[in-house]
Amino acid sequence: MKIGIIRFPGSNCEVDVWEALRFLGREPELLWHQDRLRQAYDLIVLPGGFSYGDYLRTGAIARFSPVMEDVIRFAREGGLVLGICNGFQILTECGLLPGALLRNASLHFRCAPQWLRVERADLPFTNLYDPGELIQIPVNHGEGNYVIDEAGLAALESNRQIVFRYASAAGEINEAGNPNGSLANIAGIVSKEGNILGMMPHPERVVEKITGGIDGQPLFLSLVKTWERRIRYGT
Amino acid sequence: MEPKFWREMGLTDDEFVRVTALMGREPNELEVAIFGVMWSEHCSYKTSKPVLRRFPTEGPHILQGPGENAGIVDIGDQQAVVFKMESHNHPSAIEPYQGAATGVGGILRDIFAMGARPVAILDSLRFGSLEEENTRHLVRGVVGGIGGYGNSMGIPTVGGETYFHHSYGGNPLVNAMAVGLLEHRHIAKGVATGVGNPVMVVGARTGRDGIHGATFASVELSSESEEKRSAVQVGDPFMEKLLLEACLELIQNGWIIGIQDMGAAGLTSSACEMASRGDSGVEMELALVPRREKGMTPYEIMLSESQERMLIVPKAGFEPDVARVFEKWGLEAVVVGRVTADGIMRLRENGRIVAEIPAKALTDEAPMYDRPTREPAYVQQLKAVELRDFQPDRSEREILLTLLAQPNLADKEWIYRQYDHQVGTNTLVVPGSDAAVLRIRGTKKALALATDCNARFVYLDPYQGGMMAVVEAAQNVVCAGAKPLAITDCLNFGNPEKPEIFWQFEQACAGVSEACRILETPVTGGNVSLYNENEGQAIFPTPAIGMVGLIEDTAYITPNRFTAEGQILLLLGELEGSLAGSEYLAAIHGVEAGALPTLELPHIKRRLEFLLEIIHRGWVKAAHDISEGGLAVALAEMGVKAGIGVHLDFTQKDLHRIRCLFGERLGRILFTAAEENKAELVRLAGEAGVELHHLGQTGGTSLSIAFPEGPNWTVAVEECAKARKDTLPRALNQ
Amino acid sequence: MLKANVTVTLKKSILDPQGSAVEKSLRSMGYPVEEVRIGKFMEVRLAEESRENAKEIISEICHKLLANPVIETYGFTIEE
Repeated sequence: MKIGIIRFPGSNCEVDVWEALRFLGREPELLWHQDRLRQAYDLIVLPGGFSYGDYLRTGAIARFSPVMEDVIRFAREGGLVLGICNGFQILTECGLLPGALLRNASLHFRCAPQWLRVERADLPFTNLYDPGELIQIPVNHGEGNYVIDEAGLAALESNRQIVFRYASAAGEINEAGNPNGSLANIAGIVSKEGNILGMMPHPERVVEKITGGIDGQPLFLSLVKTWERRIRYGT
Repeated sequence: MEPKFWREMGLTDDEFVRVTALMGREPNELEVAIFGVMWSEHCSYKTSKPVLRRFPTEGPHILQGPGENAGIVDIGDQQAVVFKMESHNHPSAIEPYQGAATGVGGILRDIFAMGARPVAILDSLRFGSLEEENTRHLVRGVVGGIGGYGNSMGIPTVGGETYFHHSYGGNPLVNAMAVGLLEHRHIAKGVATGVGNPVMVVGARTGRDGIHGATFASVELSSESEEKRSAVQVGDPFMEKLLLEACLELIQNGWIIGIQDMGAAGLTSSACEMASRGDSGVEMELALVPRREKGMTPYEIMLSESQERMLIVPKAGFEPDVARVFEKWGLEAVVVGRVTADGIMRLRENGRIVAEIPAKALTDEAPMYDRPTREPAYVQQLKAVELRDFQPDRSEREILLTLLAQPNLADKEWIYRQYDHQVGTNTLVVPGSDAAVLRIRGTKKALALATDCNARFVYLDPYQGGMMAVVEAAQNVVCAGAKPLAITDCLNFGNPEKPEIFWQFEQACAGVSEACRILETPVTGGNVSLYNENEGQAIFPTPAIGMVGLIEDTAYITPNRFTAEGQILLLLGELEGSLAGSEYLAAIHGVEAGALPTLELPHIKRRLEFLLEIIHRGWVKAAHDISEGGLAVALAEMGVKAGIGVHLDFTQKDLHRIRCLFGERLGRILFTAAEENKAELVRLAGEAGVELHHLGQTGGTSLSIAFPEGPNWTVAVEECAKARKDTLPRALNQ
Repeated sequence: MLKANVTVTLKKSILDPQGSAVEKSLRSMGYPVEEVRIGKFMEVRLAEESRENAKEIISEICHKLLANPVIETYGFTIEE
């Protein structure tokens, strides 16, 4: 499985994603933002961090990196793209995913374990979770407050594009479980076609028990399973 | 030259005479300015050096002691840990966000200048009373600044401590500690050697910011300081992240002779210190230094404290390679001069010589002062205060809930949730514990990191208080399962020209030295911050200690909360503490006084060794030291985090209830174990000659103690959790 | 050389928590404040003499980079 992790100036979770995938038995590759995608990839990851210092707006400048031209094409052709935290912000900035991410309603950066409810378990990213499963994946951001206009939200709902919602420990989708003020407790969304996932929480931080949990494992392993099937059945 | 000029540049008349003698001629204005800044307390340590020389600094595992950008300690397998703590107090008082942010930036540069990748940040913070709006403003700004810089750099902020006391009102302490890891073969140093090797300025451009920051750090704060805002720099963590990656790439490629951060006194200090350490000279053309602003004078270029810059000396011929790496990261790297043989720092502006100073005159020849000392009158007065006279005005249950809600003991979640403490995915024990723990990838090992200083103890008895700061840090590290390796220190004191303040400094340092000698944790470096006063009032003497310990196997990592019901609770050390200098006395009676119990370091050392031994045997399920608030608070902390209660049986013991519940004394550690190991534990403790008490058993949902007479003491764990939760959010979310 | 003064603000429909916080504290200080919205101000110097061209360039870079049309609106003035 060919996995490319894009490293922008200011990215700082690219190595964590790389280590997480290696822990799960994969050999991912780090790609420099000024390079081009020279081969066929099975998955591209846009990692967390502060690309270009998050100056101007989070993710705003990274989208103009040379490699992003290729990533956008790859995504439009149906390639699997996973954007985590800053990667999600970049995906909304370049229009691959709808909506935008604003400053947390508390105005404070927040690093904490977070409960999520899995809304879609039928995607290449989530097929090893159960529908409605409650999982714990940490958030770590200052600007994760998801917004979109009414029509946009209606479209997300009717197309079943909402993949993860912030939840309370009891699994309720309410204000108490919402760490940043996101509309409809949205923590992660997928493109209409189901191949581009953007999420604020960091699954790469919870693949090893020793660092606090393994609820992020199924996400990466779902992608591996999808790829294996594709190889085996050519679908 | 007018005396007014050299005095404005921070030189005394005697120092000016010394400069003239060293130069063999009258210096020009630029030269005087350079001497002024290099001989400031901040750069020269002219007051503190005679005291600091008494620190134990050597040990078989110490690869680099004081005198470099940071200390280095061997951890085996050709790996080493690099760490240092530094203050950014005065800039944070004036502009808390940027002051704290650039403090973090500066200490990180010290770490990667040694060739190490920074892996963790800790912060030791002191603020005035939380009741005051100005304190809240400072807390919000400082916490925001630390998070803003560290989070963006992708280096986890894993721990530290925060205390509030009115003596820090207007003069907060912001001490940042950074820790890095490296391979022995990549150790870099701040030296300039090899005649003809180029000298390069890399990173950010030079602007007019922060001119005279070093001198600024060496004066007391007053309302006038508000006007001196030009001395505050603005941090750019994005730039620093790029600088970090580029510098490490250079060092790992082996192209570097020397590298140093341009911190206080910027280009001046980095150039002359590197030359001095290398027994070389250095010649620079200032017109070549990349600038952010037009029309900068040699004085401004030499003294600018613009952030995110480094001075490097690569091997001759590698200039294009260096430039290429920096270009890849979008940074500038410009040759501004050469290493010379004559030991002179020679500066030119468009070819014309503007300054010529022997490098060693600026460093080794700086004056040293033996300041007079005098024991302050308060010391004996406060020791003599009779503590028996204080009778509690509320129930023991209410006392505990009051203590847990004190800003010093309350939950610090409001602070550490704003820090990314997990990036790097190596953090095994997150903030809120005794010590932070980070694994070392590719090995079974982990590091335990802690910062500590109970400044109230240091105020009451500087010598013992200094010892206690080290002991407390050691206890925290051992409770996590680590063997203490070494310390860094950040010595924050008032104006040393006052004999009473210098006495505090000397005594506290002597205590730190003694504890480090006995515990075999040498001092590898650190920082001295004097003149911490506001409107003439000195802060509590605060020698903050940052300790690094090594956990040989991650299996030894020990939590500081109860892990299950039905385990036995044991205490290493004395059953009763003292009320002297206790949080109880301060919070309930508003008194800070008393004679501290004498600390027996050899006893404590034996206890710590015993604890580590039984941790290695796998017998310890949880361990937590008893510190501020005494036994009751320690029990609450162990219980709250686990949601498990504990019952203690003191019916067979004759104890003073208040001293037992709330008394404080260093060297006391609570731990839990399985019932089946009890006999063996007792036997081993007897052999080791350590005091061990079986206190009770974990279980239920409340903390309770049965005393020989009077009512049992009972508090629900849930109530304790609630008491410690709201203090900070309530004060700071307004 | 021409200079453009660009302001970027959040759309009216987007909640501005930073603005709300400032608004609340100004009110608590006793000022008769109705609303505070926080935005960005940018100065862009152009190597361009024609005002017409400058307007076109600034519109384009506002749309492309300086503002995010999903959440923000922009305005600008051009001066010598």
